[in-house]
Amino acid sequence: MNNNITTIIKKEFARFFGDKRMVFTTVIMPGLLIYIIYSFVVGGIRDTFESDKDYRPKVYVQQMPQLLQPMFEALEMDITDATTTDIESIKPLIENKDIELLVAFPTDFDSAMANYDISDSTLAAPNVLIYSNVTNMESGKAETVVRSILSSYEETICNKFNINALTDETANEEFNLATDEDFMGQILSAMLPFMLIIFLYSGCMAVAPESIAGEKERGTIATLLVTPMNRSHLAFGKIISLSFIALISGLSSFLGVILSLPKFMGSAMEGMPTNIYTTSDYLLILGIILSTVLVLISVISIISAYAKTVKEASTLVLPLMLIIMIVGIPSTIGGGNAQTAISWYFIPIYNSIQAMTGVFSFSYSLINVATTIAINIVYAAAFSYVLAKMFNSEKIMFAK
Amino acid sequence: METILVAEGLKKTFSLSRKQQKLEKTNSKTKVAVDNLSFSAYKGEIFGLLGPNGAGKTTTLRMIASLIRPDQGDVVVDGFSVVKDPQKVRERIGFLTSELKLEDFFTPNYLFDFFSELYGIDPTTRNERKQKLFSRFGIEKFAEVKVANLSTGMKQKVSLAISLVHDPDIIIFDEPTNGLDVLTAKTVTDYLLELRNMGKSIILSTHIFSLVEKVCDRVGVVIDGRMAACDTLEQIRNGKSLEDRFFDIYSEMKGGNDE
Repeated sequence: MNNNITTIIKKEFARFFGDKRMVFTTVIMPGLLIYIIYSFVVGGIRDTFESDKDYRPKVYVQQMPQLLQPMFEALEMDITDATTTDIESIKPLIENKDIELLVAFPTDFDSAMANYDISDSTLAAPNVLIYSNVTNMESGKAETVVRSILSSYEETICNKFNINALTDETANEEFNLATDEDFMGQILSAMLPFMLIIFLYSGCMAVAPESIAGEKERGTIATLLVTPMNRSHLAFGKIISLSFIALISGLSSFLGVILSLPKFMGSAMEGMPTNIYTTSDYLLILGIILSTVLVLISVISIISAYAKTVKEASTLVLPLMLIIMIVGIPSTIGGGNAQTAISWYFIPIYNSIQAMTGVFSFSYSLINVATTIAINIVYAAAFSYVLAKMFNSEKIMFAK
Repeated sequence: METILVAEGLKKTFSLSRKQQKLEKTNSKTKVAVDNLSFSAYKGEIFGLLGPNGAGKTTTLRMIASLIRPDQGDVVVDGFSVVKDPQKVRERIGFLTSELKLEDFFTPNYLFDFFSELYGIDPTTRNERKQKLFSRFGIEKFAEVKVANLSTGMKQKVSLAISLVHDPDIIIFDEPTNGLDVLTAKTVTDYLLELRNMGKSIILSTHIFSLVEKVCDRVGVVIDGRMAACDTLEQIRNGKSLEDRFFDIYSEMKGGNDE
């Protein structure tokens, strides 16, 4: 590599890594903050919505039909026969959350049900009354359980056919043919590409305006421009070093998400395979990420070189963040299906998200991923050329 | 005498923002900062550009240093045109101006090495030069102190040392003693004479008469972007003090039209 490019890279690294505060705020803090927020705050909020597993809801039942009794007794609930108690006097108990539920069957429920004929419009179907309290979470859950028991009881009475019923022949049959890996791949491919691109962009936003608009604002870039150094070497040196710093900043945030994922997802992740990707998958992802960071940094560098101050640069790069989010959203709702036509892979940013979605969901084509990486490098080189031209323009560099 | 620098018909126009138009009390959208300015400087002399603030001195020096391009005209520095060969010009000159700042985060020692690398100086030469310049300006004492923590005078000394990392033959100083205390200012003026004795050619801009009288061999008086007079110090003074002569030239130029 050209000597001046390495000199600039070394200086940028010395500037960044020599500043403990800067390393902390751009590399350590984002990841740490995300980890803390996701695992403790979000995890904590979820825990409050998850009930105590050992809790047995208290359910009052009036005129329990004989056929249903064993089903109710099998539930993890404290069932009390309240046939002799007046409904009006039970209601306040539910209201005050002393008990969870009241299930009142009509008198002669069994015979009324047997006599009911759907074609006879003069007959009313026997009506079961269920009283609950929506502000009491346990009450809501007990109601759902009771309703499902009653529905399945109703289904058994008028059963005509079954779907995937457990019989001796089907006992060991797996009907959902997706593997756990596929399922996990689908979840991750819907989530990770979007997150990665946003974190990488934040990493770029944290370093490029400061290094380029900042040097311009403080007049230190003029000191570099008075040396015989080639402007394109300055542009390359800046882009390479800033890309590396942005990459570790972005990956720090990403690591924060990955590490907090088990706590964040809670029981949904239990029993799922965690190591579903191969080394070559990871290498492809790394290639896509590296080339994407080069594109992002070179674009933000151009904006920063145009801006007069760091503040202006930070404001100007925000709309780009919105565009990137809009481009990224379809991949999160697309359910892990990447575009197959190669033409999509010529659009920067979108190509990166699509290529990553493909790799994460095991459905990538190597040509599309390679196109993405190559196209990104071409864009980054073109933007570096523009940046070098800007460094050479007195109107841009010395505008007051 | 051997000519080392020739400025020929330099012109530079800046566009004015609305705010600047108000400040300058003008409706014109452009301002001619340098207007057909020509002069030559000889090898081994100190050439001074003397003029009031806003006369176009700094703009002229920035064009010589190839930081900005002239709209018209050209400067040939040691045989290379700033318009066609700016990189070659940059290799040959040292430029010291208050607009070129050093990064606060780094130490003088680090910055000296950094700029030496950009000029492609080998480490042995660099270390020798650093030792010499740092001891000449007393930078050793604060060589490892971040620029942010240095006083204005210390910073100016470091900037001066760094502008000389590549031992240029032509050195351009824009208001070299501005804002400095008397002791640092004396260090700088003494060093200008030392550089001349070493055979270096120096172009400096200033509005301080005493500095010109003390160090310059030849002087160009710049008023409103134009060269009002250009000759040896003796010829310009014409038996008077430089200050008196300057005001004579100034009123001749202005022709008593507005001031």
